[in-house]
Amino acid sequence: MIKITDLHVYYGGIHAIKGISLEVPKGKIVSLIGANGAGKSTTLRAIMKLEKPKEGTISYRDQDITFEKTQKLVKNGLVLVPEGRRVFTNLTVEENLILGAYARKDSDEVHKDLEWVYELFPRLKERRKQKAGTMSGGEQQMLAVGRALMSKPEVLLMDEPSLGLAPLIVKDIFNIIRKINSLGVTILLIEQNAKVALEISDYGYVMETGNIVLEGKGKDLLEDENVKKAYLGA
Amino acid sequence: MSLETFFQHLSNGLALGSLYALIAIGYTMVYGILRLINFAHGDIFMISTYIVFYGVTMFLMPWWVAFVVAILLTGIFGILVERVAYRPLRDSPRISVMISAIGASFLIENLAIVIFGGRPKAFPIPDYFNQVAHFNTISIPFANFFIPIVTLTSLVILLFIVNKTKTGMAMRAVSKDYEAARLMGINVDNIISITFGIGSMLAAIGGILWGIKYPNLIPLLGIMPGLKAFIAAVIGGIGDIKGAVIGGFLLGMSEIMIIAFLPSLTGYRDAFAFILLIAILLFKPSGLMGQNVTEKV
Ligand SMILES: Nc1ncnc2c1ncn2[C@@H]1O[C@H](COP(=O)(O)OP(=O)(O)OP(=O)(O)O)[C@@H](O)[C@H]1O
Ligand SMILES: [Mg+2]
Repeated sequence: MIKITDLHVYYGGIHAIKGISLEVPKGKIVSLIGANGAGKSTTLRAIMKLEKPKEGTISYRDQDITFEKTQKLVKNGLVLVPEGRRVFTNLTVEENLILGAYARKDSDEVHKDLEWVYELFPRLKERRKQKAGTMSGGEQQMLAVGRALMSKPEVLLMDEPSLGLAPLIVKDIFNIIRKINSLGVTILLIEQNAKVALEISDYGYVMETGNIVLEGKGKDLLEDENVKKAYLGA
Repeated sequence: MSLETFFQHLSNGLALGSLYALIAIGYTMVYGILRLINFAHGDIFMISTYIVFYGVTMFLMPWWVAFVVAILLTGIFGILVERVAYRPLRDSPRISVMISAIGASFLIENLAIVIFGGRPKAFPIPDYFNQVAHFNTISIPFANFFIPIVTLTSLVILLFIVNKTKTGMAMRAVSKDYEAARLMGINVDNIISITFGIGSMLAAIGGILWGIKYPNLIPLLGIMPGLKAFIAAVIGGIGDIKGAVIGGFLLGMSEIMIIAFLPSLTGYRDAFAFILLIAILLFKPSGLMGQNVTEKV
């Protein structure tokens, strides 16, 4: 579904991504792990064109999207849950969710999906008339995930969706990720919680200072000595 | 002061306040979405009055056609100003955009002097609006009823658009976070254009009403009302539409009442608005309706 070849991204003079290549096959869960500042978020931002790639190509459904506009990508089912939630705090919970479906044309389906998201996150339903800014951090994170689901993604890019959530809710989120994946949504996941991420992933990439240093099946990475030492705290 | 004259002043205050409110909304909407004071807004307002003038005198339009044309063309003009003066600087430091805004304002004013001529022109007021309503001994010009009614109607429509439509929702989202808005598939540039269009159309409505009340047209006529409306927007809490309206009415009403009750201060009429601005900035910089939010960087 997504194929990145030899991607370089700069922030001014800072060379943040130094020629990475990766692939996300249709219907799979792929995770991207690595230390702080490794370049994980930058990779997802480059896919969504929030950062300009300097070199390399990105393709989606076999089409070159290296210079495609963000709004076009969203329309075509490529959706990002950004780092740090980024919900619209001045809008109500329900308005946030409806905006998630902004690019969609099928308004009947939108209504059904809204009910579905409320089923996944009953808390959001309770709070639906409330301004998003008045919700707790964890609730806002649920909203960010729910909002992305409202976009009807084909590929969902998730930048630390479990950040700041209580362990029980983290489990919920991962169950939801698995569930939407089983509905046919391809997932590229960034997680600090490498163990849980790799457990549900078909494939994983390990990033270090702008490079991919290791890749493999989720299970194999879990067994890898270096990964264990660096990311699994063993 | 007799009750009659008081009512007359009250109706004048309401009318002037309405005009300030209509213009102030444009400042506040643009600020809300771009964090920019659109210094050209008063000039966009001025353009609308001349469109009516030429529509009626040169193209012989009926007045109501000229009004509609002026509202539409002014909306397009506002969108153009944004395209030319602000969009190319979207990623530049805010100070550059501000200087560009001041430049745009001067450019429009001077072009207007060249094209329209510096000699005053008379706004073509339809006879309908020249009527005066008499209640016992009180006589109130028709415009003083008409202006607040048009203003409130415009405001209701605007609030409906902003609060109830998908576009309005997108406008609010963009004003909060461009990037997150893009991630929803929102075309941020289009939403900014729509915002300028709506703000400029409201300025045009204000311009037409202004022409009816003060029919003396000169190319610099937008400067003072523009500044006053900007002050009104700041008083109400810039970025907040209802605040702009409240600020507009407050400023218009107090300006008229000060002259009414203290005629000796008439000469300080314009200074009063600025004194109010300074007072607000000193004691409640976020304005009456504004929350104390930290500035978006
Ligand atoms: N806007 C920016 N301007 C300059 N440098 C940046 C910017 N954003 C990120 N960087 C730098 O790029 C590198 C990669 O950052 P990135 O956010 O992609 O890391 P990350 O892997 O997502 O880290 P984390 O796990 O902490 O979220 C870091 O060195 C960071 O300092
Ligand atoms: Mg990150």
